[in-house]
Amino acid sequence: MQIQPILAALKKHKLATFLIAMEIALACAVLCNACFLIANRLSAMHLNSGVDEASLGEIVVTGFDPKQATDLNARMLAGLGAIPGVESVHVISSIPFGPPAGTAGITLDRKHYNTVVEFYLGAPGTLKALGLKVVAGHVPAVDDYQPVEGHDYMPLSSRVLITSGLAERLWPGENPLGKEFWAAKYQFRVIGVVANLVMSQPQKFGNREPGWSVFVPTLPGGPLAGTYLIRAKPQVLNHVMVEARAAVAKVAPDAVLDHEDSHTVSFLRERFFKADRSMAGLLVGVIVALLAVTAFGIVGLASFWVSQRTKQIGIRRALGATRADILRYFQTENFLIVTFGIVVGIVLAIGINLALMKFFEVPRLPLWYLPVGVVALWLLGQLAVLVPALRAAAVPPVVATRSV
Amino acid sequence: MFAYYLELALRSLKRNKLLTVLMVLAIAIGIGASMTTLTVMHLLSGDPLPGKSAHIYYPQVDPTPNNSNWQHKYPLPMMDYRSAVDLWSAHRADRQALVVQSPVKVSAPEVNRPPLMLTMLSTTSDFFPMFDVPFEYGAAWTPADGKDRAHVAVISSDLNDKLFGGKDSVGKSLRIRNSDVRIVGVLAPWRPHPLFYDAEGSITGNMSSTGYYGKPEDVFMPFFSSMEVNDGNFFQYTCWGGGPTVPGHLENAPCVWVALWVQLDSATKVADYRAFLTNYAQQQKVLGRFTHTETRMLDLMQWLDYEQVIPSNVKLQTWLAFAFLAICLFNMVGLLLAKFLRRSGEIGVRRALGASRRSVFAQCLTEAGLIGLIGGIGGWLLTLVGLWLVRRQQTPYSDLVHMDVSMFVVTFVLAVGVSLIAGALPALRASRVAPALQLKTL
Repeated sequence: MQIQPILAALKKHKLATFLIAMEIALACAVLCNACFLIANRLSAMHLNSGVDEASLGEIVVTGFDPKQATDLNARMLAGLGAIPGVESVHVISSIPFGPPAGTAGITLDRKHYNTVVEFYLGAPGTLKALGLKVVAGHVPAVDDYQPVEGHDYMPLSSRVLITSGLAERLWPGENPLGKEFWAAKYQFRVIGVVANLVMSQPQKFGNREPGWSVFVPTLPGGPLAGTYLIRAKPQVLNHVMVEARAAVAKVAPDAVLDHEDSHTVSFLRERFFKADRSMAGLLVGVIVALLAVTAFGIVGLASFWVSQRTKQIGIRRALGATRADILRYFQTENFLIVTFGIVVGIVLAIGINLALMKFFEVPRLPLWYLPVGVVALWLLGQLAVLVPALRAAAVPPVVATRSV
Repeated sequence: MFAYYLELALRSLKRNKLLTVLMVLAIAIGIGASMTTLTVMHLLSGDPLPGKSAHIYYPQVDPTPNNSNWQHKYPLPMMDYRSAVDLWSAHRADRQALVVQSPVKVSAPEVNRPPLMLTMLSTTSDFFPMFDVPFEYGAAWTPADGKDRAHVAVISSDLNDKLFGGKDSVGKSLRIRNSDVRIVGVLAPWRPHPLFYDAEGSITGNMSSTGYYGKPEDVFMPFFSSMEVNDGNFFQYTCWGGGPTVPGHLENAPCVWVALWVQLDSATKVADYRAFLTNYAQQQKVLGRFTHTETRMLDLMQWLDYEQVIPSNVKLQTWLAFAFLAICLFNMVGLLLAKFLRRSGEIGVRRALGASRRSVFAQCLTEAGLIGLIGGIGGWLLTLVGLWLVRRQQTPYSDLVHMDVSMFVVTFVLAVGVSLIAGALPALRASRVAPALQLKTL
């Protein structure tokens, strides 16, 4: 196939060629970035929380008298534990995707602020109920669980478990066991490392990773009251949660059930990612509409060119060009225009990504998105041009003899 | 003449139906997408107090010591109790209101219902006139009530519907935590958006900024009365130096948690208040209570802008929609070019018969405008579908989303405007067609 005559023909329609190429450039840029955003949202939604989500739920009550905390805990543990199907009930400060429990800035030397982490306070047995995997050190012994005194938020000096992600952040490459850190007046010593446990509202913010959490073994009472972790078999969990919510009115008439947050972890997770899901859906919609409009443009312009060149096509056919030659002519022409658009589009895609990085905390576009977008647009162009090109190929040679 | 061009345009559109449909579809989809996001943006970025917001200011001082985590670029977005109360009780502004939110347990002794956990706004009596809060029954408490720490409350129309079936409940009592509180006023339905007076903290990223489009609080109580009634249930924005000794009791804690809003009706008063604020900070530094003397006072709209109350998803969607509209624009320019130049022969004849370049240009533009108008109708329908989809997403603002008259007008202005821009270049090309050349090929 000779490219020379095609280029010569395109030169006659510089403006139209330029416009359709620019449309493809913009489409390429938006397509690559939108796909990348979708991939980002989807990977955020596949976040591994580190807990046995399918078997867990939480019941949250508020509005009780803090002096009654111990009594309330006892009543709730007994009342919820009596529900058929419940495997275990534990007092916990929060769970992943639940209401935020306690974040605080920590420091390694009591001088320099290091980062913000989430503190999960949990009663004996919570670690096992959550299904956390301890990868180093040991699970807390009975005497590691300490009560919270007076008006404190947690035990003044605790032996805690941290996530492996946090260990890597605080002491890169070192053994975190036995190391210490502080949050205000509270002191912590690491006795174990869990594989993963995400914060209750696991959003990436700045350089803060969602997996930077600390598990503080704590005895129930004081501030550790009102939130209960329920574990049940996945098949019965939904049913158990319905009964648990109903039981609160009988077991704790002095407290108010938090209807918003008393759900299974799976439900809370769904809700947490709802905005991401609808954004991903919207992006998919935009991509489809975008490709459709680009295809319309190609079809429209190619049809115009075909009808404009009917006579020339007839002459070529009369001079011996086969149908395949004509078909290939329009396909090659489209390929050239799309390629030209794509070259500009790649530059534009990187530019848009840089702008998104600056204003929307989007990571850098991996380069392999570009060839994928390129191939997609090439295919789209070829598909769109097929119908007009086939019509061109169907032009009979006899056309050449008419009206000349 | 215009009617004739319109007739010609209609004829030409009918001649090549496929091309017309493609163009109208492209415009309709582009307009539909951008108007959906633009309507949401219009709703979210609106002025919550039209005509008044320019007089509402948000003063800030910096009570933090050097060793806190906050980088001292600006003062923290809220104030400590003492600074806020000092500034409030100086009464240097035309109106001033302290604002603090807290969760509270509420029940009505006369109504047989389990207690509710609601959000209470602790504020001062100026809040209601300052923010034009409408009352259905009764009125706000008086400044004297505030001073006497009276147990009175104003409730939202939602809560009044829930507890009292929407009847006049003024004089009835509420059990707020462990205190009996008399209702003195019931608000008419009030839904400022964004919920500007609560707009704090989004820059920390702890709170998703869709929180600024929720409903106002259900219970409003005089600031100092509520400190007693709900003691122990207040939350700090942030603390330093070890935090509060008694959690939830923050009056003397090294924490910021109180906001102050002031109304300043003239530029002189604004300048005076700025000076007052600076003075206050310097005086506190002399007293040893402050380390920093930076102050800041933004007006309401500047403050909302600083707090970035518009969810970043919505901003991203708007950019996306306009990139999409740009693609549709390019698409349309290409198609119109094809369409007009295809008629070169016809245009050549018209030119030879004496039509001026200008009239050929006008005729082509009329056709482009007509496509825009038809596309605009399609775009308007698609926008309604888009807004319906937004409403189904159950965002905190979904009940507010609707198309108002201004957005309806913008839809058509945008559609026709985009088409005219798209049509200008092809029309110019068409009007430059050389008649002689075209006539020869006929």
